[in-house]
Order: sequence, then structure tokens, then C-alpha cells
Amino acid sequence: MAPSSARLAAWMPKLVLAPSFVLALLFIYGLMAWNGYLSLSASRLLPNYEFVGFDQYVTLFDSERWWVALKNLGIFGGLFIFFGMAIGLLLAILLDQKIRAEGVLRTIYLYPMALSFIVTGTAWKWILNPGLGLEKLVNDWGFAGFQFDWLINPDRAIYTVVIAGVWQSAGFVMALFLAGLRGIDDSILKAAQIDGASLPRIYWRIIIPSLRPVFFSTLMVLSHLAIKSFDLVMALTAGGPGFATDVPATFMYTMAFTRGQIGLGAASATVMLATVAAIVVPYLYSELRAKK
Amino acid sequence: MPCKRTALSLALAGLMSATLAQAGEVEVLHWWTSGGEAKAAAELKATMQKQGHTWKDFAVAGGAGDSAMTVLKSRVVSGNAPAAAQIKGPSIQEWAREGVLANMDTVAKANKWDDLLPVVIADGLKYKGSYVAAPVNVHRVNWLWVNPEAFKKANAKLPTTWDEFFAAAEALKKAGVIPVAHGGQNWQDFTTFEAVVLGVGGADFYKKAFVQLDAGTLKSPTMGKVLETFKKVKSYTDKNAPGRDWNLATAMVIKGEAGMQIMGDWAKGEFLAAGKAPGKDFACVAAPGTAKSYTYNVDSFALFKLKDPANQKAQQDLAAAIMSPEFQEVFNLNKGSIPVRTGMKLDKFDDCAKTSAADFIASAKGGTLVPSIAHGMAVPSAIEGAMKDVVSQYWNDDKMTPAAAMDKLVAAAKTK
Repeated sequence: MAPSSARLAAWMPKLVLAPSFVLALLFIYGLMAWNGYLSLSASRLLPNYEFVGFDQYVTLFDSERWWVALKNLGIFGGLFIFFGMAIGLLLAILLDQKIRAEGVLRTIYLYPMALSFIVTGTAWKWILNPGLGLEKLVNDWGFAGFQFDWLINPDRAIYTVVIAGVWQSAGFVMALFLAGLRGIDDSILKAAQIDGASLPRIYWRIIIPSLRPVFFSTLMVLSHLAIKSFDLVMALTAGGPGFATDVPATFMYTMAFTRGQIGLGAASATVMLATVAAIVVPYLYSELRAKK
Repeated sequence: MPCKRTALSLALAGLMSATLAQAGEVEVLHWWTSGGEAKAAAELKATMQKQGHTWKDFAVAGGAGDSAMTVLKSRVVSGNAPAAAQIKGPSIQEWAREGVLANMDTVAKANKWDDLLPVVIADGLKYKGSYVAAPVNVHRVNWLWVNPEAFKKANAKLPTTWDEFFAAAEALKKAGVIPVAHGGQNWQDFTTFEAVVLGVGGADFYKKAFVQLDAGTLKSPTMGKVLETFKKVKSYTDKNAPGRDWNLATAMVIKGEAGMQIMGDWAKGEFLAAGKAPGKDFACVAAPGTAKSYTYNVDSFALFKLKDPANQKAQQDLAAAIMSPEFQEVFNLNKGSIPVRTGMKLDKFDDCAKTSAADFIASAKGGTLVPSIAHGMAVPSAIEGAMKDVVSQYWNDDKMTPAAAMDKLVAAAKTK
């Protein structure tokens, strides 16, 4: 009895996890593989399994709209991550100063994350519309020369997406950093203060370096949000004046579903996957290696 | 005695199964969810229910039908296609090529569709000579909707050519009215563009450039002139145009904030819903230079292959009902378009619709009945999308030259 129940106990975790594992294998990795095959096929309106090699990728990288989408991803992703982390960190440091209404303020800053990106996009679309929102408000207040028409300017529209995105995620980053700050050992800080270090110096030299794990996890979350961002762009600019704020996610949707070019959409999705993998795989590798 | 009873029970069973076989189910995919459109769709449902069939509504909202098409694809791939779906233009042939559409020739011959439809429209509903779709209406896209009061205030005259258009626009601008109400979405940009193509280049130029996709025509000096005229229209729109929905632009004309809108006849529905009378509160004229031409947008239902014989019968009844005079009249009165079935009495329709119907017949005879590219009637969706990208980019980017735009149009025409 004892050896068999011991064996059962050893196999139990694997058994319990097996259904989820199989489902994940099939529906995540299996479908990724199917998508990869479709990107090498001549699929147009419906999936079609005729192999055409890298033709779809050639068409993809020949497309001007794709390069605009990639450029926008770079601009949006870079600025979104940078400002998201900077503002989140600043808010966390300020909230960490043992102030009175910390609970209330923390909730207020975290609220935007509870909104769907569609709501954020629509609300900011109204706020940033020159005839309806901020520009009209300031003009009505008397500053007739004030102009803020980035939303309708093909060159500047992508920055409005950054504004809306940072507004939504800064609170979440703040919460992550606050948790990290709270986990720092007090004794190091006290020792630094005894040594006569000023507060900014303490933050810069001791606290921020010890937040490295939090930086990495925030980077992971924000970069995946940035690469995936579809609903925010659709709600805010629907691809922008023309296709000026197109991002790979909206490009993929348009090609695969609206224009009957499933092969091209699959190719763009595979490129997006490669981008994500390029960020995540080295990080995972370094983390796992560190553990050993 | 036993024979008689068996015979009687067999007869009863036969009768029951006959009536059961009559009641099939039609599942219809469409995106007619706004006011007038929803009422029009309800008419078709009522017709089917009167014939004893069940109507399973499958409405997926979203003006241009993007979401509906996505849902349709997943349904077809899983082998569970609806009985009918709102598909129009070359997409019908694209779907038929996949082998999933049903042959409607029996219904078409019984109801004489070939006699009742202009050839160019009937061809759009066929694949390899057989009907696979049933047309519902005809929209005219090359209309100019005008607010007469704004014109009176500006002392402007209704334009019939593009030069007159710009003169009227200048007058409206001086009177403080936005000359052209426009919504900055790529199909609206292209609707305006194709009106300019038709007005400046004519119907033959339009067909050669955008239906036959002839590269020489796409790079010709006429196309250059078209592009310059098109860009000039932009200077008469207001700067809040990007992203604006078409009905909000129509609302600007209704309220008198703007003087004109280049839009198809579904805009008439907005005017009528706002209680405006045609001729008095709003005027419909053909887009400048296009009085003798007609850009059509025919909505149709493509009919999918079904497995259940009862549902197949219901589907054929649906196709017949769609082309019946009663349905055509009621539906189009509610939607703002005109019946695609020719030879009908149009007493109940307003003046704009009567003009539209007369021009429809005349242009069909004269060869100036052209498909709308902006509304997916002329070329497959991949090419249409690529061309819309180029035109919207040209509209929005002040640094792009007409020559660069023409090169991009030629490249877009080659999209596979």
C-alpha cells in the first residue's frame, strides 16, 4: 500500500496539471504553429494550405503600411514603457513618504487600470479632439492661440496614443513599484542615513538598484501591453488620419479579416510573435540561469 | 380494413411531414442595426414568418460589416454557415470560389431575374453563370447633399461642375459656413475621391482606371488633374474631420453648420429621420459633373450551401421573397435606396428616389452605370483596401505629390 500511494502522490501534481497542460499545448502552441504555417501559405479569404515559401513575408516587408506600423510600435512602445515606468516610479516614491491619505491616493491612481482600453481610448478621443475637448476648452477660457491638434495631425497622432496609454498604466506600475519599495530592508536605509547620505542620493544609489526585479517584471508587463495594443489604437484613432497610427496588431486585423489576406495577416502575426519572443526568451534564460 | 387504416395513417403521416417540411429556418447574417436599416430588415423577417418559416436573426453591428465578415468566416470554416449573409460585390465571387455558395438558378428562372435586372448588376450576382446571391436594393453613391438655406445665406448656386463647386464653396466659406462636411475615415475619403474621378474623368476613365485597373490610366495626366481637384476639396472641409462618422457629417448639413456633403443616398435617411422634407429643407443633386453617370452600390444576400432540405426550401423562399415587388418596395422605402427590381411603380418614393431610379435605367442603357469602389463593388477587398490606404494617405499628407500618389495607386492595383 505505502509504495503505491507514495507513487500516486508523486504523480498527483502531474496528473492534475495534465489537462491544462494539454489544452495549453493544443490551443496556444498548436495554434501558433498553425498560424506559422498559414504565413507560409497562399491563404486569402479562407485558410488554404498551398505552400508558397516566404512570399507573404516579402509582400509584408514591401508594404509601406507595415513599415509605418513597425515604426509606430517602436515609438509608442518605447515612449509608453519609458514614461510609464518613470511616472509610476515617481508616484510610488512620493506615495512611499508615509503621507496621510496614502490609501485614497493609491486607489485613485490605480483606478484607470480598471477601465477597458476602449473606454480610455474613447474618452481621450473626446478630450484630445480640437473642436470638442482640450483645445476648445482652453480657447474658451480666453487663450485663443492655444493649439493642441495632435490627434488629427498624421505626424503627431501616435503621441496621443502614448498619452492615453501612459495615463492608463502609470497607476499599475506605481502599485508594482510601491510593493517593491515596501519590501526594502529598513536597516540599510538607516545605515545610509547615519553615514550622512541625502535622501535623493539614498534613492538613486540604494533603493532604485534594489528594485531591479521589479523593473524587469514591469518591463515585461508594459512591453507585452504595448505590442498587443489594438483596442486602444482602434478606439482612439482607428488607425489614425489615413494609416498614420497603425500598429502591427491593427495591421494584422485589417489584413486578415477585412481584406481577405489571411496569409499576410498570419505573416505579420508571426513577426509580432518573434518580437515578443526576442524580449522574453533572453530574460527567461537569464532568470533561469540565475536560479541555478 | 387493415389496408384502409394503413392507407389512412400513411396519408396522415404524409400530410404532417409535408407541413413540417415546409417550416424551415433561415439564419440571416447582416449589420443593419441602426434605425431605418433595422426597420427594413424587420420587413424581411415578417415576410418569411408569414410563409411559415422561422427567422433566426444574426445581426452583428458595425457600419461597414467588418465584424460580421469575421464572424462569417469562422462560421463557414467550422462548416456551420448561415442560410444567407449580407455580402456584396466581388466578395460574392470570392466566396463562390471557395465553393460554399448555393446555386439559386431555379428560383431565378422561376421569377425571371434575368429580365428584371440590368446586365451589369446581374453579372455581379453570378458565379460561372449561375446566380448565387439575391439583390436587395440599389444605392446611388454620387450624390451631393445640400442645405438650401446655407446656400441662400451665402448667395451661392447649386453646382453642376467642379468649377461651380469650388465657387459655391468659396461663397459658403465667406458666409461663415463650413463648405463641405466630411468624415475622415478611409471609405469616406474614397467616396469623395470616386465622385471626383467620375466628375473630372468621366465614366469610361473611371472604369478603365478602377475596374480594369489599367496602369496607364492610373498614371495619366487626367489622374493627376483628378488628384489635384481632390486635394482642393480638402481645403474646404473643417479640421475636425479625421475620425468623424458619416452620419455626424450629415448632421452638420442638417443643422446648417455645413453646406454640402458628398455621400450616398443613405444620407437621405438621416435627413428624413430628422424630419426634413426633400426639396425644401435639403436638396439632392448629382455630384458635380456626374449627372449622367451613376455609381451603384447594390446590397445583396449571398446564399450558402445548406445540408437540411427544409432549410434549403426556406432559403429558396427567402431568395424569392427578396426579389418580390412587395418586399422591394417596403424595404427600400425604409432604407432610403431604390428597388433593384426594374419596372416597379415608384409612387410612394420621394423625388430624390424617383430621380435616382430614372437615372439608373438611363445610365444602364448608356453604359455609364459604374460600380462603387469605396463600397466594395468594383474590385476584390485586398486591392480596394490598398487603394483606400493610398488615397487616404494622399488626403492627409500635405507633402505627398500627385505623381507619388499615382505610383502608389499603380502598386496598390497589383495587390494579390
